[in-house]
Amino acid sequence: MKILVAVKRVMDYKASVRIKSDGSGVETAHVNMSMNPFDEIAVEEAIRIKEKKLANEIVVVSIGSDASQETLRTALAMGADRAILIKIDKDVQPLAAAKVLHKITQQESPQLIILGKQAIDTDHNQVGQMLAGLLHWPQGTFASQLYFHDHGVSVTREIDGGLETLFLKLPVVVTTDLRLNEPRYISLPNIVQAKRKLITIIPADTLNIDITPRIKILRVVLPEKKRAGVRVENAADLVKRLKDEARVLS
Amino acid sequence: MNILIIAEHDQQLIKSATLHTVTAAQQLGSSIDLFIIGSHCQVLSEKAHHLSKINRMLVADHEVYTHQLAENCAALIAHQGKNYDYIIAGATTFGKNILPRVAALLDVAMISDVVQIISADTFVRPMYAGNVLATVQSLDKIKVMTIRTTAFPATEVDHHSVSIQHLTDIIPNDLSQFESHVLTPSTRPELTAARVVISGGRGLKSAENFKLLEDIADYLHAAIGASRAAVDAGFAPNDYQVGQTGKIVAPDLYIAVGISGAIQHVAGMKDSKVIVAINNDPDAPIFQVADYILVGDLFKILPELQLALESLT
Repeated sequence: MKILVAVKRVMDYKASVRIKSDGSGVETAHVNMSMNPFDEIAVEEAIRIKEKKLANEIVVVSIGSDASQETLRTALAMGADRAILIKIDKDVQPLAAAKVLHKITQQESPQLIILGKQAIDTDHNQVGQMLAGLLHWPQGTFASQLYFHDHGVSVTREIDGGLETLFLKLPVVVTTDLRLNEPRYISLPNIVQAKRKLITIIPADTLNIDITPRIKILRVVLPEKKRAGVRVENAADLVKRLKDEARVLS
Repeated sequence: MNILIIAEHDQQLIKSATLHTVTAAQQLGSSIDLFIIGSHCQVLSEKAHHLSKINRMLVADHEVYTHQLAENCAALIAHQGKNYDYIIAGATTFGKNILPRVAALLDVAMISDVVQIISADTFVRPMYAGNVLATVQSLDKIKVMTIRTTAFPATEVDHHSVSIQHLTDIIPNDLSQFESHVLTPSTRPELTAARVVISGGRGLKSAENFKLLEDIADYLHAAIGASRAAVDAGFAPNDYQVGQTGKIVAPDLYIAVGISGAIQHVAGMKDSKVIVAINNDPDAPIFQVADYILVGDLFKILPELQLALESLT
């Protein structure tokens, strides 16, 4: 079985967000970038499946500028076998990303595609589901456990109210939730080794896909800041204020 | 403007997320159809009959839709939705699972987590864990969106009746099958719908200590939530998690106990009307969003809080 894993280079989750002075978007220059945390979980899961001898090759793919090669190198250092960069210097929205991945899937013919459930920058939570729709494959979203059978996979999903397990027929698209696994740390020898692994670069405009944004971002703003909170001395004081001042207790 | 709302339900009742979605839909137009997909939905549709502001109900009631799996439900919604201007659902795990697939089948973009409707094609949605609000304009003919339920009040149930159209389209699903589910039993209000939420974090130190929140929750008719740290440590079930990747809540009162306040957690609760934070670290980031700050040992404060609440008359 071949596994395709999609990874995205995003602003590090610890970085603080600044808005561009013209309000057109978020400032990404001089900001720490890293692999989207859900995608690290996706790469880790692919490697574990391969370690169980259920897969023989892991291909990681990213859509973005040259800088995304760094993200792909991280995935290679974790244990992916080779990488593909779909090179584009513009923002790619989820539908376009799904179409690009659809094309790559047709070229690579994986049995399993793993993506993160959402990217922590745009917070869309769409690409995996869209890709599954375009491929007419089953989807296992918000996965916290995978168990492989001969022709399918049992996916336990985190849903509102608990957990749900579905049986999905291969080939399948899975998106990762936080509790699927704990991604490994990368060792120095693996980083060195990853430098010898292949990254194929494909310019996005050679794919013949319409990636024009369908959603126009008119402006971005920071949410209103809350006024400073009041320090209360003890629980009795708190309850009194919640009742008399905030009027949320009766 | 014709609007199709995908109802979320458990075969018995329409979930509250759908009631909030109806309110958002009203801001888009008055021709609102509610789409109920499932099996043995008769009781459910009779109740939904009295949902205010609904024009018509479409009901697809068949065994193939029992577990509302994305593979055939999305195909059904896409087929039916072609005739609509908007296809919307609540931004719950149900809506997030199905609607992007619907959008792809219709070859349109999707707008996730709408918190404000500016005009027929312009909406506000949060990004970067709620640290940024983006105003976005959809260029597609059909607008597929999920609605952040905490940003719109629930619609009311009234006594007018609406017409029901039974759909006979049966789309089989040979790609996926339901195996089992494990639901977290709870007698408390639903986390996303509760008027009061009390959440615990790593500071509670154990699952046993998490029970300290229960007496207070009972007294306040509150739902119990948790930070990711508490969930990861096994103090609380996964679906208690409040945050960017868990549930988004905006109750009248949110009490954060032993939660440091990582941005990922704050993203899930900062729109609460009144926020109380109890923490022994005077520099905990949670205090930056709190209206009332109580610095101290939660194991001392929680019993005092319970006493103080009980003495309320």
